[in-house]
Amino acid sequence: MPRLYDREIKSRLMLGTAQYPSPAILAEAFRRSGAGIATVSLRREAGAAREGQAFWDLIRALNVELLPNTAGCHSAREAVTTAQMAREIFGTNWIKLEVIGHADTLQPDPFGLLEAARILCAEGFEVFPYCTEDLVLCARLIEAGCRVLMPWGAPIGTGLGLNNMYGLRALRAHFPDVPLVIDAGLGLPSQAARAMELGYDAVLLNTAVARAGDPAAMAEAFARAVEAGRLAYEADPMTPRDMAAPSTPILGKAFL
Amino acid sequence: MTAPVTIRGAGVVGLCVATELLARGVPMILRDPAPAPGPQACSWWAGGMLAPFCEGFSAEEPVIRLGQQAAAWWAAQGVPILRRGSLVVTLDRDRRELDVFARRTQGHRLVAGKDLAAIEPHLADRHDRALHFETEAHIDPRAALVHLHRRLVEAGAVFEQDDRVPEGRVIDCRGLAAQDSLPDLRGVRGEMVMLRSNDLVLTRPVRLLHPRFPLYIVPRGAGVFMLGATQIESAGRGGATARSVMELLSAAYALHPALGEAEVLEIGADARPAFPDNLPRIRRQGETIHVNGLFRHGFLLSPAMARMVAGLILNGERPEGMDEDHGERCGA
Repeated sequence: MPRLYDREIKSRLMLGTAQYPSPAILAEAFRRSGAGIATVSLRREAGAAREGQAFWDLIRALNVELLPNTAGCHSAREAVTTAQMAREIFGTNWIKLEVIGHADTLQPDPFGLLEAARILCAEGFEVFPYCTEDLVLCARLIEAGCRVLMPWGAPIGTGLGLNNMYGLRALRAHFPDVPLVIDAGLGLPSQAARAMELGYDAVLLNTAVARAGDPAAMAEAFARAVEAGRLAYEADPMTPRDMAAPSTPILGKAFL
Repeated sequence: MTAPVTIRGAGVVGLCVATELLARGVPMILRDPAPAPGPQACSWWAGGMLAPFCEGFSAEEPVIRLGQQAAAWWAAQGVPILRRGSLVVTLDRDRRELDVFARRTQGHRLVAGKDLAAIEPHLADRHDRALHFETEAHIDPRAALVHLHRRLVEAGAVFEQDDRVPEGRVIDCRGLAAQDSLPDLRGVRGEMVMLRSNDLVLTRPVRLLHPRFPLYIVPRGAGVFMLGATQIESAGRGGATARSVMELLSAAYALHPALGEAEVLEIGADARPAFPDNLPRIRRQGETIHVNGLFRHGFLLSPAMARMVAGLILNGERPEGMDEDHGERCGA
């Protein structure tokens, strides 16, 4: 299993914790999928008196690694403040850094993201930046101190899968040693399998599971797809070719 | 004669339990820190939709089944009830959401074009199709609380304005306030807005499916509409946030632009009591029976819960939502 900031993860599937029909179903999704990391959003549940405590306690009881995020932040300053609050509340240096640049597409703001990543890395955070698949941006994020990258597959919540296969493949090729996690846009297990076949280290999803008719079953489906995709990657797949080649030897065939 | 049982909490659950016990001749006292139904109760802020099939989209089976008793129960208490069904619509862009909703719920039919115009003409100005859940109903929750309260007073029920723990047998219906004895109870915050529009006429609740800002709008008569409701994992009972209000109002405006001209009457917020599976529980702790965790289904499920509590007290019938310890779920 890959190490993210020196912590070995127990599963290549990470799940968000929003939008489930109930915390009980959320817990069942984690149980059935074996997902090892839960992202948790601080923003709307926060509040001076920690009014979201009961829900966070339920998430803590899942006994998985917590990855707080800065979901819904639209500027570097907001994201930095949210990250600082998250560190205090959840007692972890991990932060999934989201800086939204466009209200409709929820596309990451690469400039705000880089700015916030620099500040947070300097403050000792272990930053998981939610970014586009842009090679140059990713290089800058690494320079800023990020040791994990989380490029999107497609815009958040769309379920469109991997929109830019070329870009994602290039990213893997250019950063062979940086853990890469597909974050956002996955709708089906086959898309998660495809990400793993590309050599990505893990996937993170939320809506595809939480909004399925049976979230726990869908979580398990994703877990199996992730496992299959990773196994395929490690097994070094054959190369597609145009010339048909018989898989059964023709020697010894009866000559009529 | 046996000593009276004390019902703690006179929100929708407490009042329904009291009504059921009174009807069966069980002596009881209702104890609540407030003198009458009002904004201190979470149920004051409710939508009042009796919509078990729509709720079935995200709620589990007991909600659909037990919720079907609600409309008849409220009608039997003399609460004015509108049985006009409910409608579910989407914006054009999100039309596929309507297909998913239809697939995962029951008791609806698709109404489009002229058929929609025939039942809800103003909605048809803006929407060309909707799911009609014909058997669903709605009530005015505040009027219903006041009505139950008045009927209980008239029938001679004893009300104590008191927050102390009573002696003897107790039915604890305090909602989130019972967190002190129910550690697995949590608050789920909801925010709502009341509007008055002289331009828009809707005669039944309408739900707008929206990927980011789902909304329901419940007509309360005389041009008054209730918009609800956010669902945030927080026990905060403070004022609604600007963002939540903005989201509710934007969604309402998208549902029908006439609401842009409406007068804002009220903005409210409270926290619903919920257990981890968002299903209600009847839980016995010594001499206390808790009825709690009705989540967003206070008016929908209180009648069924009240009947079960009465059956338990009078005849020792073990209700399906009962647990002596933690962990069992309603309907399991």
